[in-house]
Amino acid sequence: MQNYELMVIFTPVLSEDEFKAAQKKFTSLLTENEGTAVHENAWGLKSLAYPIQKKTTGLYWVLEYQAPSDFNEKLNIQLLRDESVLRHMFTALDKYAVEYNAKKRSGVSSRNEKAEV
Amino acid sequence: MAKANEIKYLTAIKAEKRPKKYCRFKKLGIRYIDYKDADFLKKFLNEQGKLLPRRITGNSLKYQRKVSEAVKKARQMAILPYVTDLLK
Repeated sequence: MQNYELMVIFTPVLSEDEFKAAQKKFTSLLTENEGTAVHENAWGLKSLAYPIQKKTTGLYWVLEYQAPSDFNEKLNIQLLRDESVLRHMFTALDKYAVEYNAKKRSGVSSRNEKAEV
Repeated sequence: MAKANEIKYLTAIKAEKRPKKYCRFKKLGIRYIDYKDADFLKKFLNEQGKLLPRRITGNSLKYQRKVSEAVKKARQMAILPYVTDLLK
């Protein structure tokens, strides 16, 4: 089991329900393949730094999960097949990343304030 | 009145000593650089959105590499622009 983070940008044309359904589709795929979702965070509509497929906004969704290492390949195929996905990215998390995410979730804004110095 | 360029000193005046640069990640104990945090990453970019060299930021090699990886990830996910003018 490995810790991963998936970030997906969906097309902004999705409605609220369609956005939820799309998220559910991928989380259910995760649980089917013996993975566990650690944390889910839908950022919602956000403007892109540059246009992707002629769209200037996108629906962001971040999923942190634990899964066996052969799962990402399966998920990748599903993401590429899905028309509503503009772009996606996997990140393998090391122990410091997991620690950082857990800290951030619990509300202790750990780094940014300190880093202002 | 002597002009400024005519003034001669017996002893050379001391140039102001710059504070030594340091690696902020080492100093503050930051172990992971989050690619999702655009405002933080902007500290390591110039106005065109290019990465600043270690010479200027003072980062150690280990963390400069991590910064550059985080910036590249953020660019891929359209959190930061690849090219721009007047970032910040």
